[in-house]
Amino acid sequence: MSDIEQRVKKIVSEQLGANEADVKNESSFVDDLGADSLDTVELVMALEEEFDCEIPDEEAEKITTVQQAIDYVNANLK
Amino acid sequence: MSKRRVVITGLGVVSPVGIGVQTSWANLVAGQSGITNITKFDASAFASQIAGEVKGFDVSQYLPAKEARRMDTFIQYGMAAAIEAVKDSGIEVTDENAERIGVSIGSGIGGLQLIEDTDKLYHESGPRKISPFFIPGTIINMISGNLSIMYGFKGPNVAIVTACTTGTHSIGDAARMIEYGDADVMVAGGAEAPITELGVGGFAAARALSTRNDDPATASRPWDADRDGFVIGEGAGVLVLEEYESAKKRGAKIYAELVGYGMSADAYHMTAPSMDGPRRSVVNALKNAGLNPDQVQFVNAHGTSTPLGDTNETNAIKAAFGDHARKLVVNSTKSMTGHLLGGAGGLESVFTVLSIYHQVSPPTINIFNQDPECDLDYCANEARDLKIDAAVKNNFGFGGTNGSLVFRKA
Repeated sequence: MSDIEQRVKKIVSEQLGANEADVKNESSFVDDLGADSLDTVELVMALEEEFDCEIPDEEAEKITTVQQAIDYVNANLK
Repeated sequence: MSKRRVVITGLGVVSPVGIGVQTSWANLVAGQSGITNITKFDASAFASQIAGEVKGFDVSQYLPAKEARRMDTFIQYGMAAAIEAVKDSGIEVTDENAERIGVSIGSGIGGLQLIEDTDKLYHESGPRKISPFFIPGTIINMISGNLSIMYGFKGPNVAIVTACTTGTHSIGDAARMIEYGDADVMVAGGAEAPITELGVGGFAAARALSTRNDDPATASRPWDADRDGFVIGEGAGVLVLEEYESAKKRGAKIYAELVGYGMSADAYHMTAPSMDGPRRSVVNALKNAGLNPDQVQFVNAHGTSTPLGDTNETNAIKAAFGDHARKLVVNSTKSMTGHLLGGAGGLESVFTVLSIYHQVSPPTINIFNQDPECDLDYCANEARDLKIDAAVKNNFGFGGTNGSLVFRKA
């Protein structure tokens, strides 16, 4: 597991109160991990904090799974 | 139609003298002060540096971490006290009764610490750093809201805000909802977490707080000649109110009956008390209870330890009870807990009910030199076994809002 993948999964687990084992690459925040709309807003904020970046709202809306979050960070990390 | 009777079947406490009903009551009867130097922030620049802080509170015993971190401390305290009270009552929520169970838990100020923290974050880093949980984490009705979600309580769901009378009004109004038939059970009380820079700074600016910083344990001294203001406190007190027949039917433990509720306004001054408002509050409560003054033995007073307030309440009690005032035992548990503001009525109602249940008046500690103008029996410094058939609980708040409850032995 890459460093970024590990950090993303840790944040998802903490923010959504899910067991780390349940946080898989294909997991959907809403469908698999029980997130609601406020949870996903807070999750994106936590990712911004962790990776010191700003995720525009229109991009944030497209991040609905763990893999999409990893991909976004990989593509945009300074 | 005769009015439906309301009894108390569950109690819960988070307080400066202990977490949980048993611990806090034992400490209270033993005359233990819960007042210490402020540890929540560096108070060295403040006129008042002392408070009744809740010690050793572990929110994970009550709530999942994900939920807890989205709630300001006042919500966490309110939830913890309510969870204890509901458990104590033994009530089980079913499809049949869910719509008949409501919540009425208020707060005077709400999520002050989270407001201060978020304001700092905003000024440092801009609006994108404001959490989506900032509003639901700070607004006052979110103890009632979160509790209903947690248990599935689908009855009335309200949160009253009347400064230091919040808890009293929350309980009194909840009882009315049961009497009137809107609910069979109400989880009612108050919570507060005001020990923050702005909370302490604001009350200190109003010259309301004790500055006896070198001796925290004796700073709250209701009716003592050398009292110099109230000591700010935090925590929550919650009661389960239940319609009498419902409680009897399920064989519930009944602590006491809530027989009277009175309200009034001073219509006088924002922060200074008047004598007539509190007097009318007590008179209205006794009238609602159908009791004569001489049928009451015990008063859990507002008793904040402010120079004006304590004399004023003493005079109001004399005016309301007449000659019988001299036979009353009048106690201030704030001498040990400090003043929980919106949480005071909740916490002190729990203590009033326990006084009836155990037939004991806790002491008013720190009466070293009783003020000659305050000349009632305040149960100074030592707890006392006492035959209590009926007890009055008073609270008065900024804005000149007053509330009194009458509890009776079950």
